[in-house]
Amino acid sequence: MAILELNHLKKHYATQKAVDDISFTIEKGSIFGLLGPNGAGKTTLLRMITGIFYPDDGEILFDGKPFDPENDIIHIGYMPEERGLYKKMKIGEQALYLARLKGLSRNDALKKIKDWFVRFEMQSWWNKKVEDLSKGMSQKLQFVTTVLHEPKLIILDEPFSGLDPVNTNLIKDEIYNLAKRGATVIFSTHRMEQVEEICDHIVLLNKGQKILDGTVQQVKQDFKENLFRVGFEITPSLDGNAPFELIDTKDHSYIIKIKEGHKANEALQYFLQQNAAIIAFNEILPSLNDIFIKLVEDTPAARQFEAITH
Amino acid sequence: MNKILIVARREFLTRVQKKTFLLTTILLPLLIFGFYALMIYFSVKGSDTYTIAVTDQTNTLEKVMGSNNKEVAFTFLQDETEAGLKNRLDNKEFDGYIYIPSGSDVTGRDTIRVIAGKKAGISTIENVEDRINKALEEKQLLSYNLTKLQLDSLQKSGKVKFVSIKGEEESKTKAGISYGVGFISGFLIYIILFIYGTMVMRGVMEEKVSRISEVIVSSVKPFQLMMGKILGIGGVGLLQFIIWGVIIVSLQFLLPFIFPGLAEQMQSGAMQSPQMAQAGEAVKNSGGMSGLMQGLSEVNFGLIIGCFLFYFVGGYLLYSSLFAAVGSAVNEDPQDAQSLLLPITMPIIFAIVIMMKTVNEPNSGLALFGSMFPLTSPIVMMARVAHGIPDGVTWIQLIISMLLLIGGFIFTTWLAGKIYRTGILLYGKKVTWKEMIKWVRR
Repeated sequence: MAILELNHLKKHYATQKAVDDISFTIEKGSIFGLLGPNGAGKTTLLRMITGIFYPDDGEILFDGKPFDPENDIIHIGYMPEERGLYKKMKIGEQALYLARLKGLSRNDALKKIKDWFVRFEMQSWWNKKVEDLSKGMSQKLQFVTTVLHEPKLIILDEPFSGLDPVNTNLIKDEIYNLAKRGATVIFSTHRMEQVEEICDHIVLLNKGQKILDGTVQQVKQDFKENLFRVGFEITPSLDGNAPFELIDTKDHSYIIKIKEGHKANEALQYFLQQNAAIIAFNEILPSLNDIFIKLVEDTPAARQFEAITH
Repeated sequence: MNKILIVARREFLTRVQKKTFLLTTILLPLLIFGFYALMIYFSVKGSDTYTIAVTDQTNTLEKVMGSNNKEVAFTFLQDETEAGLKNRLDNKEFDGYIYIPSGSDVTGRDTIRVIAGKKAGISTIENVEDRINKALEEKQLLSYNLTKLQLDSLQKSGKVKFVSIKGEEESKTKAGISYGVGFISGFLIYIILFIYGTMVMRGVMEEKVSRISEVIVSSVKPFQLMMGKILGIGGVGLLQFIIWGVIIVSLQFLLPFIFPGLAEQMQSGAMQSPQMAQAGEAVKNSGGMSGLMQGLSEVNFGLIIGCFLFYFVGGYLLYSSLFAAVGSAVNEDPQDAQSLLLPITMPIIFAIVIMMKTVNEPNSGLALFGSMFPLTSPIVMMARVAHGIPDGVTWIQLIISMLLLIGGFIFTTWLAGKIYRTGILLYGKKVTWKEMIKWVRR
């Protein structure tokens, strides 16, 4: 069952098509990666999903029904890339205020804030002001205020920027926990290694359009280049009949690319016939980073402003 | 609706709990009042009595000289020589002396010279001059064989009174009070619009700079955020005004206890200093203090306070949303705000100019226009209302003006809401009014 379904969503500004006919579905309980270079239209898309902007065209289905920002907004937690908190306000009061705006009652909110503060070891911060916090600390506070009201859909824009490895793991674990308890997480970032690690499903945007959509495994399979790493005790010599090309040699191992029409087993057979002592054989899948760069590279990094005639 | 209240509550509490709020709200009026009271105290207390010894060998002055007052005291010493007076002056028995030798013609060409041992202040000099001149004048008039009774009737001045067509007396005091009340309340609204309008603008800018707008508008609609802010700050303003009012009124009651005898001193002091004497004269002409009180009671304070609150709230709502719109369009640089603010501050300044004319002529065409047009009516109408109904303004006009103001602030909040929702999420771009109008059309 899909928590969110976007159908032909469009948002045009005077000088550019920020979001140009994008459709995809996000399953309930999944961790979804929304990727794209700067200016791809991620923020505009997220703002439409959070009800901040109205789409020019297309529809959003939230939990199976047309998205109604007025009421559905309390089921969404959004942490924008531009972090913001009231600098002069005490941390406890601030969390309480943001929770009340999400429709929690005072007592409910207080209880939940205390739980989260204990879990993140923030109890002693209650009366501190935000301006006294380090960047990492305010990041943690921001995360807490985003998920406090137990939203069905959590949208995190670059949630780990400015966090040290310890706190990154802390937040990462909480994201897994939330997903396990049924929340859906949209995760927008440029950091591909995190996406590979965390996300089930990804969509890649470029110039306002969707250029990739699938599970992380599927995408990697789609973009694999039939590369294998073969490890030997002593590297054998090769002749011209090999069903592969040698790409690289690294101490006691070859990186090979299987030729068109051949299979990995044929390469193994070839080495066995040569009496080579194989100690390792594994496929090299492309990293998301490579795929990302490959897909986006050809387009100019900054989008050209183009006049649009309606 | 509930969310607007949550926002308003935060805006209100964060401002009221600040130390600066306590300072400006409680200390400021105390400070001003204390300064004012101190000034009165010193000006009334003044210096010690200035004593003047008089040796008048022509025997002209003594009989006609009035009684001594606090500032100047005359003592008449017969059979003293000029040299003797000089000696006693040197011994500081008195502060100055007048010596009139026999045979001099003081009511005619001869000058009376006051030899001062101690430098006299300007009000002392005037006091001495006044009393001697009055004595001489009386002396001269009596020398024309007038009786004292005739003299008194001569000095009585005629009375002129303005009466309205309905036969009601229009006392000068009442016109003066209407003028004062109209001016002060119009001016207060002018200040309110500026102080709290800018407070709203700064609040919006702060939210934009700290990048919290996007977090908040993912929970509430931009319009709710704007309205909450406007209402919260409006509440701060109202509270501040109520506290100021209470402090001023209670201090006025406390004043006699803080400075016992100050009231009497003020009365006698007022008669002495020349400018205050004029005011005192005016009060005397209209029947003294009771006339002032009567004038005050003729002013319909219920109406004025009611209208003041209405135009305070209406004007504030009208302008603060415009200030919020400007705040949302400004980036980090407060300089940008200056040029965007001009179209908002211009009508406020126009209003205060029209108001100054209106307090004198509440029924002129300009006053009528100013009190109807929603951008100026909060300030101008107060000047007309102070003159009462129907002298200053008719009921119909008042009601039309109020309806127009309500329509006006509904329009400006709608307009500002449109600008606001685009503006708060826009960074790094200098915005012009032309662009903001485009946002409204979108």
